[in-house]
Amino acid sequence: MYWISKYVHIENGSIFENGKLIFVSETTDFSEFIKQIYKRFEHAYPKFYKMDDLCKLAYVGSEFILKNETEKDIALLFSNNEGSLDTDSKHQRSIQNSDAYFPSPAVFVYTLPNIAIGEVSIRHQLKSESAFFIANQYQADYMHKYTERLLQTKKAKKILCGWVHCLNGAYKACFYLVENSGILEHTFQNIKNITK
Amino acid sequence: MEALKKELKERIIDVLNLEDISIDDIQDNDPLFGDGLGLDSIDALELIVLLDKEYGIKLADPKQGKEIFQSIETMAQYIATNRTKL
Repeated sequence: MYWISKYVHIENGSIFENGKLIFVSETTDFSEFIKQIYKRFEHAYPKFYKMDDLCKLAYVGSEFILKNETEKDIALLFSNNEGSLDTDSKHQRSIQNSDAYFPSPAVFVYTLPNIAIGEVSIRHQLKSESAFFIANQYQADYMHKYTERLLQTKKAKKILCGWVHCLNGAYKACFYLVENSGILEHTFQNIKNITK
Repeated sequence: MEALKKELKERIIDVLNLEDISIDDIQDNDPLFGDGLGLDSIDALELIVLLDKEYGIKLADPKQGKEIFQSIETMAQYIATNRTKL
């Protein structure tokens, strides 16, 4: 039996940590909101401002789970239903017009969703298993089995799972950490409940 | 030249998302890379795009950037001499 030791839910200007509301913003604008969180919770990591929106959301969500974590053997399993489409579109707009063809290198480097995993790995110096899945909705059953398999075969000591959605100003992030002990049993139903 | 340096600082802050830095924090001779503003390799590429987009300067050899991007002073001097967009 494995356990969910921490979980966080970020949506509509609110943050819930282990089911408890810990922050409500007056703004639902993503740029304002994510900056507020960064400053309010003292995430001292200047590289944050250079990230695209998907990475900012993944970074902040992961930070709530990993901020006091000492274990480095933590696999990262992230998921969403649009990949990096938000930044892909931004890049496309910069190359749309042949008379004003100025692709930004700083935008282009974020045109892959698994860069979000890279940013979290760099932040926490993780050199672990990772995967970014694209699906219509969070595949609780598949993620449950995948996570338990990784733990059973000792591919990692803990698993950070998460749904991180960011597109056209809409956003939602749910992250949870799975390990040998915790506050919720790592079951299909509990995963469904904390990621709905 | 002073107006160009000020404009350059504003554009660099904007294009490189230097959120907590104002133009007063950047001295004309401060190194842009390393111990100065701490810019990285992606920032260097972004500065090459900035030269092209705003000043009509195409760097044929990215290695030129090492000399040009030493500081605001060296950038402004290079732009003033080579710009094709006003």
